[in-house]
Amino acid sequence: MPYEGSRPLPAPTPDELRARIPGWGADLAPEHRRTWQQLEDVGDTGAHWDLPERQGPDRGRERSIEHGMLPPVWGTAQPLHGLSGAIRRVAYDRFSETKNTRWLLLVLGDRVDAVTAHARSLLSRRPDDPITQTGVLAEPDHRPLTSRFGRGRVDLRHTWLDPIIVVGPWVLTAVLGIRALRRLGRRG
Amino acid sequence: MKAMTYRGPYKIRVEEKPDPTIQHPNDAIVRVTRAAVCGSDLHLFHGMMPDTRIGHTFGHEIVGVVEEVGPSVETLRPGDRVMVPFNIYCGSCYFCRHGLFSNCHNVNPNATAVGGIYGYSHSTGGYDGGQAERVRVPFADVGPSVIPEWLTSEDALLLTDAFSTGYFGAQQGDIAEGDTVAVFGAGPVGLAAARSAWFLGAGRVIVVDHLDYRLEKARSFAFAETMHLHESGDIVLAMKKATGYLGADVVIDAVGAEADGSVMQHVTGAKLKLQGGSPVALNWAIDSARKGGTVSILGAYGPLVTSVRLGDIVNKGLTVRGNQAPVKRQWPRLLEHIQAGHLRPSELLTHRFPLEHIAEAYHVFSSKLDDCIKPLIVVGEE
Repeated sequence: MPYEGSRPLPAPTPDELRARIPGWGADLAPEHRRTWQQLEDVGDTGAHWDLPERQGPDRGRERSIEHGMLPPVWGTAQPLHGLSGAIRRVAYDRFSETKNTRWLLLVLGDRVDAVTAHARSLLSRRPDDPITQTGVLAEPDHRPLTSRFGRGRVDLRHTWLDPIIVVGPWVLTAVLGIRALRRLGRRG
Repeated sequence: MKAMTYRGPYKIRVEEKPDPTIQHPNDAIVRVTRAAVCGSDLHLFHGMMPDTRIGHTFGHEIVGVVEEVGPSVETLRPGDRVMVPFNIYCGSCYFCRHGLFSNCHNVNPNATAVGGIYGYSHSTGGYDGGQAERVRVPFADVGPSVIPEWLTSEDALLLTDAFSTGYFGAQQGDIAEGDTVAVFGAGPVGLAAARSAWFLGAGRVIVVDHLDYRLEKARSFAFAETMHLHESGDIVLAMKKATGYLGADVVIDAVGAEADGSVMQHVTGAKLKLQGGSPVALNWAIDSARKGGTVSILGAYGPLVTSVRLGDIVNKGLTVRGNQAPVKRQWPRLLEHIQAGHLRPSELLTHRFPLEHIAEAYHVFSSKLDDCIKPLIVVGEE
C-alpha cells in the first residue's frame, strides 16, 4: 500500500521481462533517450541554408498575426475565396491564436465553405452524393452488426446522435430552401 | 491525378486534380505508392479541425517514389523509394535546431504553435496530403529518407507517423526502469506507445480501451495487461486498484479529441465544437497518474480551450508533456529495433483499400467496423 514507504506492487525482474518482451530495456541507456528533448546537437538535418529561399510572391497569402513576417515556405492547396474566404480573412487578420473568436470564425468559415461548395456542386457535372461520399456503402461487407452490438462499445451511447448531426444540416437546408422557393412563388 | 478530396464533414470522394508542381527549389514531387489513414485524419473527416477547406486532400502517412526534384535538392534523385515524415520542416530555424521539427517556424503561415503537416488543413500550413497519386514534398533534403532495401514499404509507412509517434509518447513519459505505464487508447498510436514502453524499461504496461479487438491486439502485439472501459466501471478507480492504490507512474493519452466515455463531453467537444475536443481521456490520464508522475499527451486536440483538470495537475505535482512527434529523430533507433527483430510495425495494418474506395476506408476506420485497427491505402505500383 502507498501508505507505507515501499512500492505496493513491485514489477517483475528485468530477467523475467527480458525473456518475455522482445527488446525489453534496449533503450534504457541515456543515449537512446535523447531524441525527444530540446537539444541543440541534433546534427546535420540536411539543411544547406541559414534561412530558406523564399518560395515566391505571396499573392495576398493569409497568415497568423503572431508571425513577424510571412514564413519563406507555405502550402498553396486551396487559396481563400468567396464568402468563406472573407470570414477566414477576418479571423487571420484581426485575432491572435489566443483568441477563441479566431478559431470559431475559422470553424464558421468551414461550414460556409461546405454549404456553398455543395450548392455549387449541384450546378456541376458531378454533384455531391451523400451516400457514396460518406463511405456508408462499406457497411454490408464489414460486419455492421457484430462489430457494434454485444461488445460493450462505449460509443454506442452517443451514436444515435451522429445521424442527426450529419443529416440534420441537409434536412434543415432543404426545409429552408423549400420555404424560400414558396415565398418567391407567392411574390411572383 | 486521382486524389482524395474533402467535401465537408463526413464526406470525401476521389477526384481528378492537377498534378502538384515544384514551387520551391528544395521541393520534390513524390509518386505515392502506399498511404495510410491516421486517427487524426478522422478529426478532419468529422469537421473538427479549423480551416479544413473544401477540396483539401488529406494524408500524412506516405511512402512513394521520387519523380521530380527541384534545382537545390542534393540528396534525393528520381527513382528513390522514400518514406516521408508527417512533419514539414526547414531544418534550420531556431526550433529545428533544437530538434523540435514538428514546431518549425518557417513552413506554416497560418499558426505559430505547430509547424507544417501534409494534408492537415490550413491550420498546419495548407499543404495537400498524400492520399493521392502524387504529392509535393517541401524541403526534400530535410524530411524524407530513402527506405533501406531491407525494409518493406509497409513497415516504412508505419514509421512516417503512427509508430514513431507512439515511441515518442513513451519517450515523453520519461519512463524509469520498473515503472508502471498506463496507456489510454488502443488505436495504432496507443499500441505503438505500449510496445515502445518496454524498450524504455517499463515494469508493467496497462492499456485501456472500450473495444475488445483492440484490447486483444494490445495483449498480442504490445504484451500489455488490459482494462475494458465498459467493464471496469470507474476507470480511474480501477486503475488505482490495479496499481495498489498508488496510480500509474506514467500515463500516456493516446486518445485525444474524440474520446468516448462521457456523452456530455463528447457532444460539447467532438460534436458541437465548443471545446478543443472531448477532454475525458486526458482527465482520466491526469487522475490515473500517481502523485509526482508524468502524463504524456499524444492525442490530437483542437485549439479551443478544453476543460482540463488543472487543479489536479498542480495538487498532484504532475509533469505534463505533449507535442507532435519530431518523426525523423525517432527513425535511426526504430530502424535498429526492426533490424534486431524487436518489432514489425506493419503488424498494425489490418485492412487494405484501393485509393478509389478511400471513402469506405474512412467509414470502416471511423465506425470501428470489422476489427479495423489501421487501414492501408494502395495508391500506385511500387
